[in-house]
Amino acid sequence: MNVLMFGWEFPPHISGGLGTACAGLTHALAREHVKVLFTIPKLHGGEQSARTTFINASTVPIRQKKEFQQESSTAAFPLKGSIPKKSRETNISQTERQVIEVPSFLSAYASPREEEQSFGLKQWNYSFEAPDEKIADAASSGEERPGKQIRYLKEPFSFSGSYCRDLLQEVERYAQVAKEIARRNSFDVIHTHDWMTFPAGIAARKVSKKPLIAHVHSTEVDRSGANVNPDVFKIEKEGMQQADRVVAVSQWTKNIAINYYQIDESKIDVVHNGIAPRPNTTVSAFTPPISLPIVTFLGRITQQKGPMYFVEAARKVHDQFPDVHFVVVGSGDQLPLMLERIAQVRLSGYFHFTGFIKGEDIDRIWAISNVYVMPSVSEPFGIAPLEAIQAGVPVILSKQAGVSEVMPHAIKVDFWDSDALADAICNVLRYKSLANTLKKNSAEEIKTITWDKAAKKIINLYYELSNRHENPKDPDLLFSGAPAPPLAHVALF
Amino acid sequence: MHQPRRLRTLRFFDIGADRGYFDDDLNKEIIQRISANCYLPANALLLKLIRRNPHIRIAFSISGTTIDQLEQYAPDVLDSFRKLAETGCVDFLTETYYHSLSCLIPGNEFEMQVARHQKKILKHFGVLSRVFRNTELIYSDQTGERIRQLGFNGVMIDGVDRVLAGQSPHQVFESPHAPGLKMLTRNYRLSDDISFRFAQNAATLTAEQYMSWLNAIPAHEKVINLAMDYETFGEHQKKEKGILSFLKNLFAQLARSKDFNFMTPSEAVENIEATHKLVVPGFISWADEERDLSAWLGNEMQKDAFDSLLRLEADIKDLHDKAFLTQWRTLQTSDHFYYMSTKKGCDGDVHNYFSPYPSPYEAFINYMNVLTGLSLRVKVRKSAGVVTKTTAAELAAEALVRV
Repeated sequence: MNVLMFGWEFPPHISGGLGTACAGLTHALAREHVKVLFTIPKLHGGEQSARTTFINASTVPIRQKKEFQQESSTAAFPLKGSIPKKSRETNISQTERQVIEVPSFLSAYASPREEEQSFGLKQWNYSFEAPDEKIADAASSGEERPGKQIRYLKEPFSFSGSYCRDLLQEVERYAQVAKEIARRNSFDVIHTHDWMTFPAGIAARKVSKKPLIAHVHSTEVDRSGANVNPDVFKIEKEGMQQADRVVAVSQWTKNIAINYYQIDESKIDVVHNGIAPRPNTTVSAFTPPISLPIVTFLGRITQQKGPMYFVEAARKVHDQFPDVHFVVVGSGDQLPLMLERIAQVRLSGYFHFTGFIKGEDIDRIWAISNVYVMPSVSEPFGIAPLEAIQAGVPVILSKQAGVSEVMPHAIKVDFWDSDALADAICNVLRYKSLANTLKKNSAEEIKTITWDKAAKKIINLYYELSNRHENPKDPDLLFSGAPAPPLAHVALF
Repeated sequence: MHQPRRLRTLRFFDIGADRGYFDDDLNKEIIQRISANCYLPANALLLKLIRRNPHIRIAFSISGTTIDQLEQYAPDVLDSFRKLAETGCVDFLTETYYHSLSCLIPGNEFEMQVARHQKKILKHFGVLSRVFRNTELIYSDQTGERIRQLGFNGVMIDGVDRVLAGQSPHQVFESPHAPGLKMLTRNYRLSDDISFRFAQNAATLTAEQYMSWLNAIPAHEKVINLAMDYETFGEHQKKEKGILSFLKNLFAQLARSKDFNFMTPSEAVENIEATHKLVVPGFISWADEERDLSAWLGNEMQKDAFDSLLRLEADIKDLHDKAFLTQWRTLQTSDHFYYMSTKKGCDGDVHNYFSPYPSPYEAFINYMNVLTGLSLRVKVRKSAGVVTKTTAAELAAEALVRV
């Protein structure tokens, strides 16, 4: 089984959960011997996955010309901030790479997530980290045009309001590149991840006539609530309509696809995300800088994540437990609003803001958290609660989060019910036995939330679709009583 | 003349660490830069002018926080001020040591900071002025009473239109609430013409133009109070634009003029009769369009930060520890709150100009992190008596057990 996959980012260069999900899925697919051609707008070096070939869309010509500039060529890129070829050469040590240099303006960091992070504040740089400074350093030591490399990697953090238009252009350009990629490769299925890649998928499908899967990790309806961007919405709808199958990361997302995008219920499959087991890292001893207990909010501070409901609940918790402190991890356009509300209710002394953090700092936050709260207004899946559980922190989350479908051992409340949210927080803080039971059972449960499970469902889908495409005259093959090939295939693995 | 001790960036994870709260490097860099651009050249100019013309009078109000930093980073500036003091032509007014909002704190915190400032000025310049100027000219009748009780016979306030209510600012007032306290009202238009509007577009203000405005003031008007940031002369307004030659020409022309005499605020209070009473029921200041407290306590973040600061007072004072007290008082400096202002427009631009932070939200978060760190250390100290890292952990654990 060969799959042409279109993504937008891939670890280690990620700005949101999408890259992590794509990596989790492709790793698991590889374990099931599926060959993936993973296309992303720009390779930064360091992307790796077994049985996965990476295609760097920034180096694919849109129209074939007589001469291609070969990878080994020493000509400088006319692009701002290209990674020196040298580092890419060494970092992507995988098989059959096909990289041909042609200017393109695609940028993997151009995702709406970051725009949200910086929107509303002209220069929000409070512990805002560059996506990966190590890479920037590596790039600069690669002696080719060092200044430019660094500038590029930091540049995305000065997005302006006009950025959104650029992103739409990039999405369009990605689709043009996709045609060429589809022409030059052979594969059985096309698999796209979120709206930025949907036009690429549609274009590839037109060229190759292969079945298309639209994998929905999040929707504009989740992200923007009432202020939906009509262009993005249109692309999402078109993508889901044109796709042969839609994969939703939760029943919550499936319902949105049905109700907001009018997608036929029968062509949507729910495949919950998995979570990779936590690497056995020991968190260095850390004395909390504030007194316990600590209630933690971790996520982008945007309307979608419900930060204001967290503040309302915190107020009520404070009345019961005046010593409780609240730690807020992340940044976003609602931070000013949140700060002002907290000040208004005179709780600034009890709220602590870390800004955007990652890696070990997040482990340190988990280590001092007594309970993690995710009051999302609309969350397609939401990986943070699972990470909290892996770190041994009990979880309270909103019923409007897809991840709650796979978490029987978390306390669930409606995001708007701050009384219930406050009550839940107080109960977890008050009754140690409750907190311990939640932790223990969730830790058990989480072992079953794996990417292997997700991959198996998706492989079934691949076979079902590719068979149907190969036997277009017999679409009911699966139901004809004949041995079902997809199942047989899966059973072999 | 004031430079705050700006805070260093204290990340959440470093709240408990005791590595000092102030960005010494930044503060040193700034005060040395301003010394080179303004304090030293402007002082040298003034000294030259006074030596040539001993009728010139100038008053300075230098915060204790600034003097502390000059002692550390630019002692030659203090020497140059001493030379100015020795001429006898220069007055050094009294203010709060920390350029603080302490007049808003109940109890005697304000009085203690005023006394401390007086001592500092006396030590450096051998002067004890009986005229007071509060932080950014913050004033109300109630503050006037406290100032009078401290023995001052004059106070510099801003000539706020709504308080003057049609009266000319060019006279000496008396407070009806604090008999014996004369009030000098600043002409903010003429002052701002220099400090904000000296260089507009391509044109710069000339001494001739300015003299013509002064000459237009009716002859019976007694006193014109001009007051501005000293940093106007070389830092806010750049030397290249000719601000120092403007200053030189203006002094020279005023000295030559038969219509004008120089006076220090102390001399004005001493020699000019108060003709009218001035009532100031609410707080006024020289900051922003509003000329009230809203530059520092206008939004909820500022109010909450200030309240949180005040909540620490009793615990801090109970420790009887000078280092803690100094840190807490340095956090009272008005600038910290000024940076948290979310005002827009021209006033917002001025706030941004002074702020070392990219936004008021970062100013607020960082201030609260510092305050949290300080209160944590106070708590540890209070309960254990000895400050060690383990006691901080124990205290945190104990808090958990209580719940």
